[in-house]
Formats: sequence, structure tokens, C-alpha cells
Amino acid sequence: MAKYDFAIALGGAPGQGIETAGESVSQIFARYGLNVFTYTAYQSLIRGGHSFLTIRISSEPVTNHGDKLDLIVALDRGSLEKHLPHVSPGGALIYNSDDVKQEPERDDIQLCPISYKELTNDPDRNKRMLNVCASSVALQLVGVDLSMLEDIIIRAFLKRKGQAVVDANVAAARASYNYAAEHFTPFDVQFEKQDPPLAFGSGNMLMAMGGASAGVKFYAAYPMSPSTGILHWMAPNARDLGIIVRQCEDEISVINMVIGAAHTGARAMCATSGGGFALMSEAIGSAGMMEIPIVVVNVQRGGPSTGLPTKTEQGDLWQVLGASQGDFPKIVVSPTSIMDGFNTIPELFNLVDKFQCPGMVLTDLYLAEGRTTFPPDSINWQPKIDRGELITEQGQTDGEYLRYQITDSGISPRAIPGTPGHMHVVATDDHDEDGGLISDEFTNPHKRRDIMEKRQRKMDGIAERLPPPTLEGPEDAEVTLIGWGSTHGVISEAAAMLREAGTSTNHIHFKWLYPMDEDAVNEVLAKSAYSIIVECNYTGQFARFLRGETGFKADSHIRKYDGEPFMPHHVVDGARELLNSKTDLYVPYQEIVV
Amino acid sequence: MARSARRARRERPVQGAPTARDFKGDVSPDWCAGCGDVGVLNALQGAYAKLGRGNHDHLTVSGIGCSSNLPGYVKTYGMHTLHGRALAVATGAKFANHELNVVVTGGDGDGYGIGGNHFIHTMRKNIDLLYIVMNNETYGLTVGQASPTTIVGEQTKSTPFGNLETPLNPVAMAIVAGATYVARAYSSDGPKLAELMYNGMQHKGFAFIDVISPCVTWKGGARVIFDYWKERVQYLEGHDTSDRAAAIEQAVKTGHETQLGLFYHDTSRQSLDEMEPVLKNGPIAHQPLSITQEQGDAIVQRMM
Repeated sequence: MAKYDFAIALGGAPGQGIETAGESVSQIFARYGLNVFTYTAYQSLIRGGHSFLTIRISSEPVTNHGDKLDLIVALDRGSLEKHLPHVSPGGALIYNSDDVKQEPERDDIQLCPISYKELTNDPDRNKRMLNVCASSVALQLVGVDLSMLEDIIIRAFLKRKGQAVVDANVAAARASYNYAAEHFTPFDVQFEKQDPPLAFGSGNMLMAMGGASAGVKFYAAYPMSPSTGILHWMAPNARDLGIIVRQCEDEISVINMVIGAAHTGARAMCATSGGGFALMSEAIGSAGMMEIPIVVVNVQRGGPSTGLPTKTEQGDLWQVLGASQGDFPKIVVSPTSIMDGFNTIPELFNLVDKFQCPGMVLTDLYLAEGRTTFPPDSINWQPKIDRGELITEQGQTDGEYLRYQITDSGISPRAIPGTPGHMHVVATDDHDEDGGLISDEFTNPHKRRDIMEKRQRKMDGIAERLPPPTLEGPEDAEVTLIGWGSTHGVISEAAAMLREAGTSTNHIHFKWLYPMDEDAVNEVLAKSAYSIIVECNYTGQFARFLRGETGFKADSHIRKYDGEPFMPHHVVDGARELLNSKTDLYVPYQEIVV
Repeated sequence: MARSARRARRERPVQGAPTARDFKGDVSPDWCAGCGDVGVLNALQGAYAKLGRGNHDHLTVSGIGCSSNLPGYVKTYGMHTLHGRALAVATGAKFANHELNVVVTGGDGDGYGIGGNHFIHTMRKNIDLLYIVMNNETYGLTVGQASPTTIVGEQTKSTPFGNLETPLNPVAMAIVAGATYVARAYSSDGPKLAELMYNGMQHKGFAFIDVISPCVTWKGGARVIFDYWKERVQYLEGHDTSDRAAAIEQAVKTGHETQLGLFYHDTSRQSLDEMEPVLKNGPIAHQPLSITQEQGDAIVQRMM
């Protein structure tokens, strides 16, 4: 099969089964063995409003939802009116003709009206099977076997709803498929099954799986979009995998439970979004002070405050960097792809166990709720596990035990409660080597200095272990795009598009954000040409952070803060405009409004 | 007081049954002379000893405040956590190793004020902890402001014209919220306090003891405050501790006297950790970390 890059979008009201249909169609392509990326733009409502789901299928690895929409399925009149202009020329639009009085006006696309009433004879006003009918038509247009959809229907409905519902849906799917075959022109792109079939999952699922592979035994959460997907994976898998999963009264309880479990020897993790993370701040400092290894995931959404609960942003960098009062060792990492989210969790657990400090994963709605295909054997269920200097048995130290022993590395062997012979008290007050408080009546500036320096020495060891970013693309480029975290895929694709169009472009991308090894990072940044920092926030949080850590000042910036993620052309257009104008800031216009 | 820079914390091999002395910490309390908390500390050391387990089998968790300095004064594993968060930390610790005897100590500001949300929900969860609150009706360490249990009309640094707010009733709250062992005690009655603590440790579920632990500094001096309590405290008599309605009735009684003793004891409910199937294989802190390839393959299979 030749190269292809094809996108299908489904628009409708929540409650019309957009998510179910989108998930099913994506899964069908995954079973066909094709690369898929799926993103849903939606609103913080249970009913009412509008959601728009994009499925991009490509012969190349696909990391984002792309620029064009070849086929749009509009399940309600609102979606039809809203998204009619978004169908790429030469594309097609599927809609329910029962809903519309007048035929939509576009002569450069194929209009595919279907009548729900005629296809199903379903008297139900809710048109529950419309998503099945429309999906079936879409699959017919791109050459996918109907049996794929039938399998999915059986799997989805047989247990929960019974044979009658299955039969009705299968009949609706067949009628629609046959109707499409008779009345519409298929696309040039006709998908063929490839081996092997692929698995399909979201960033949240893969981070949760990464936690399981790392040996997480305690997970706590308070529901908060868009991080809830991790809880929704952990809860049903808990008993099989021997993980304690607790839903708590608030995020303060979440993080403190995690600290209690981690101190007592379990690998423990939690996830939240910006608001919940704010509540966790004080306790993150306490993990730093008591030297307890924990992993906290912040799935960013649009801020400030309650902000945009169902929209994406990279707006919490400074919050995470500055979480909690005082100085303490910490690690901040921002995964660069959905699959990287899986690997990041065990990597981070090894670091926090070794250096006994909090580790924070900074990701966002786009990566966490975005879904992708992956080869089933690409998951490493047995990652390297290094728990650092952990004392779990009597006799590991001879007689004397100092929990916060001053060492060259700053790392003090950590005994867990229940171990004979190593009793100690960990304290959020600053303390001496043995854990005794150095505040109150015993305040001693020399001891304070020693213990502060001991803790902070750990940062040198951490910085040495964090790989600096690499330069992707030609070294002698005209333009360097710089990004961090979730935007790796979209920036990488934009760089390739720019190169193809004759602008030599390379790309520097940051995953490990803090601590930052100034010299190592500057060595990479020194290779940059005309530099543009691309990020999803208003004030250029990463640009300011990078300047503070390295002294590097970018030439210009592309920033997006409207809640929707970057599409590749946003970055391409921005780079072109910045190269040809005297301005140093480009803010892309979001064409698709949901 | 000069302290050695490197003070060893050794667990002395206990000859025969442990005594309260075996649970004496390496640090002496920095509480004011005559503080009610000293009585609580002594009783707790006695209760730990009576339980007969090794020092390392206990974890003492506190928040912040005068009374929250307690973990440093007992010889067990200890966590001196954030203000108000001890119950959440202790819950996590208990889940990680449910074989530990986990005791939470703190004051009324820590537990009923800033930690109020955790107080309610930890009782609702009925996890197997003993929670001892040294209730002195004041914020002592921040030099004497009103607390959630300060009585109406009392003048404090933050209520110079008299406290307008009604104090909360922790014992009644505990019974209603779902604690399964609820008592009130008086720090000056050591033997009775130690007995309530011991029984609370033995109880499977959330055990709560509100201890009247007078503050000698911000309540008009030792004589005034101990005289005040001495003539008010009286033990419950002829009360059926398994009767929840009767327990609530006793707990909400108003009048000159303050009732002491065990208000409520429910042995019918399983504790949260007992109900959790994941803990059946032993403490999660001791389980192998990785999951098996078979478990992993099954997970991926469900994604296909």
C-alpha cells in the first residue's frame, strides 16, 4: 500500500455516543495494524454542548491529530453547520438527512446524506444507533470490512445489553454499509489489513501501566479532569495487580497518604491536575524534607483557577517548579509522547528511590487523553528497578543508625518502619542526622547548614543522571524549534514540513526539566540557529525558565493558550511569519472551534 | 541542654516482657512543667509495653503543635508530619504495612481544626488506627488562640472580647462519623487512660480517644485549670457501649459535668484494611515489585 495520511472526525452532542463510536472506529484501525492517533475536543458537560473527535490514520508513525480532515461525520445539525467548512477539499461529509431541510453547500466535497429513519426504522427519538450507522458508512468509504464493526458491536453490547440490542445494531450497520456502497463514491485511500494488529490506549492508561510496571503498590486520587483516566485504570486493575487504590476526601489527603505509604516501603504514586496539585504543594515539600520518594503526576488543563477543565495547556510549569516553601531536592519530567509516558514512570521511580525526594511528572490533557496505537510487544513490563539504599532487614547497619546521616552524595540509607534496630522519627521540622529537631529550643545554625547542604547535594547526583536534550534534524539549519513535553510530535512534524518546503529546520526538545545541567544544555543550545520556543501558555513559562537556568534567550516565540492543542501547520505558519517579520511572537489562530 | 552530635538510636534487646521504660524516647519532652500531655505520654508508653510487641512494630504519627512533638518522646518508628495531616499519612502507612501498630497523636487544633476533613473521613473509612487527641482547647504553640474546642465566651489572644463560636463536640462527631471505638479520658488519670489506649490498640477499626489534657500556660495557670477540670470530670456509669443511640445521647449531654470513659464500641464492623483483599497476601511493602509478563500480556490483550 502506498503512503497515506487520512483523518476522520466525528462531531456531535455528548450523549450521542461520539466517544464510543470514535473508540470503536479507532480500535478497528488498530486491529487493521495501522498507526492511529485520536484526540477529542469536548466540553465539561455530561449532556448538551458539543464534542469533536479526530482519528488520524497514517502509514507513518503518528504523534498528533494533524492538519486536515478528509472525512467528517456530523451526528447532529450543530456539528454539520459548525464543521462543514473544515472538510478538506476532495473530502466527504456524512450527515443525517432527516435533520436538515436544505442540502449543505460545498461543491468541492462529496456529500453523503443518510436517512436514519429509512436505514433503521427506529422510532426512538434519541436515535441511539445513529453513531453505528454513520461509522458504518465511514468505514465503507475507506474500504474497511463490515465484519470489523460487527465484532466491535458484539463485544460492546452483548454482555451489557443483550442479543436484541446487538441484532438491531448489526442490522443498522449492515443497512448503512450497503447504502453507502450503492450511493457514495469510495475514497482513493482503501485501507488494507496489516500484521500485526496493534494495541490502542490513552496517555493516562499508559502512565498507569508504567506505574504498574514500576511496582506501584499504592495509588491514591481525588477525581479531577484530565487526570482521572489514571484512577479509572488503576481501580479495576488493582486487585489483579496487588495495588491498593484509594479515593480520598481531597488532594491533601491523597498526597499525604502517598507519603505515608512510601515511607513505609511501598512504591506510591498519585495524579491530579493543576488545582489539585496546588492543594498538594505543602506536602510535596514535606516529602522533600522527610526525604520520602514519591511520584506525583500533574496532567495540566487550562488555567488559572478552575480554568478550562477539558482543555489543554502547558501552564503549570512554574507552579510545579515552585511547589512548596523552601529549597529541597526534586525532579520534574515532562514526557514527550504517549509511549514515553509509560517509560517515564519507572525511570522516575528509580531516581526518586535513589535520591529519596519527590518526583513530578508534568503532562497535559493532549497527551493524557490522546490515544495512540502501539505494537503489543513494545511494552517493557520488566523495567529495571533500583530502590536505592533501602534498609529492610536487621543487621544491614552495625548498631548505630542515623536516618539522615551526612554523606558525600547526600544520600542517607533509608530504613522502613517495621525493620528491627533502625528506629527513628522523620520530621517536617528541620532535623539533625538522627532525626532530632533542630528548630524549637535546639536551633543550631551549623547543623541547619550541614543538613541543608546534605539534602541539596543530591541535586548534583540527579543532574548528572538526567540526559540533556538532543538536536534532531540538520546541524546547520536556518531555524531551530525548541519545545518541551507533549509537543514533541507536533513540532517534529512541523520541522519536517518546513524542511520539505525548503526551510532548513531542526528541533531541540526537553523531557527532563529539573534539575537542569547548565553546561550540558548550553552545549546543545549553542548549536541552535534562529531559535523559536514553541509552548502552550501565555507568558512563555519554559522560555523564562530556560533563560533563568542557562542564560539562553530565544529569538522568538510561538504560544497558544486558547485551550486547543497545536496542529502542525500552526507551528509552520508561525515559523514562516517570524522569519519574515520583525515581531518575536506568533499566536496561532484556532480554526476548529468546538 | 547539650546534645551529642551523633546520638545512636539502638533498640535495646528486651529481657522478658517490655515495660513502659523500654518505650521511653531518647529526647525528653520540651513541654511546660505540669502539662497534661506528660500524662498522655506516660500512659502511651505503658500501653505500648502492655501490647508486648517490639519497639519496631509500632509507628507513632503526629501532626504539628505542642502535643504533636510526642513521636520524638517514644521509642518507636515515628513520623512528625504536616499540621493537620497525620491521619492521612497514617492511613497510607497502615495500608503499606498493616502489621504495624499505628498510633496517631496530636492536638485539637491539628485534628479538629486544620485536619477536620481528614478526621471525619478517616473515621468513616474505619481503618485500623488509634487516634489520641490531646485536647487542651487552645492553640498552645502559637501562644494561645481560640481552638475549635474553646468554650463560648472565653477570652483568648484571638478572641479578646470573648469567643463567639460554639465548640465542636469531638466525641459525638466521632460516633456519628463512623468511628468504632470512641472514648473520652482525662490526662491526670493515667491508669484509666492507659487502659483505654491499650483497648483502643487491640480494637480492629478506628479507635478514637479525646483526652482532656489541660494547658498550664494559656488557661490561667496549673492550679486554675486542673481545679476547673477536677470537679467536672466524671466517668460514665451503667452505660451500654454497644448501643450507638445511647452513646450519642451521652455524648451530646450538656451541663456542668464532662463524661469520661468508653462511649461506643462496635465490634461488628470489619476495619477497612481487613476488608481489602489486596492485603490478604501480607503487607504490600513486602510484596515483589514487578508484575509478571503474563499479567502484562493480559493487560495489553484487553487493549486490542
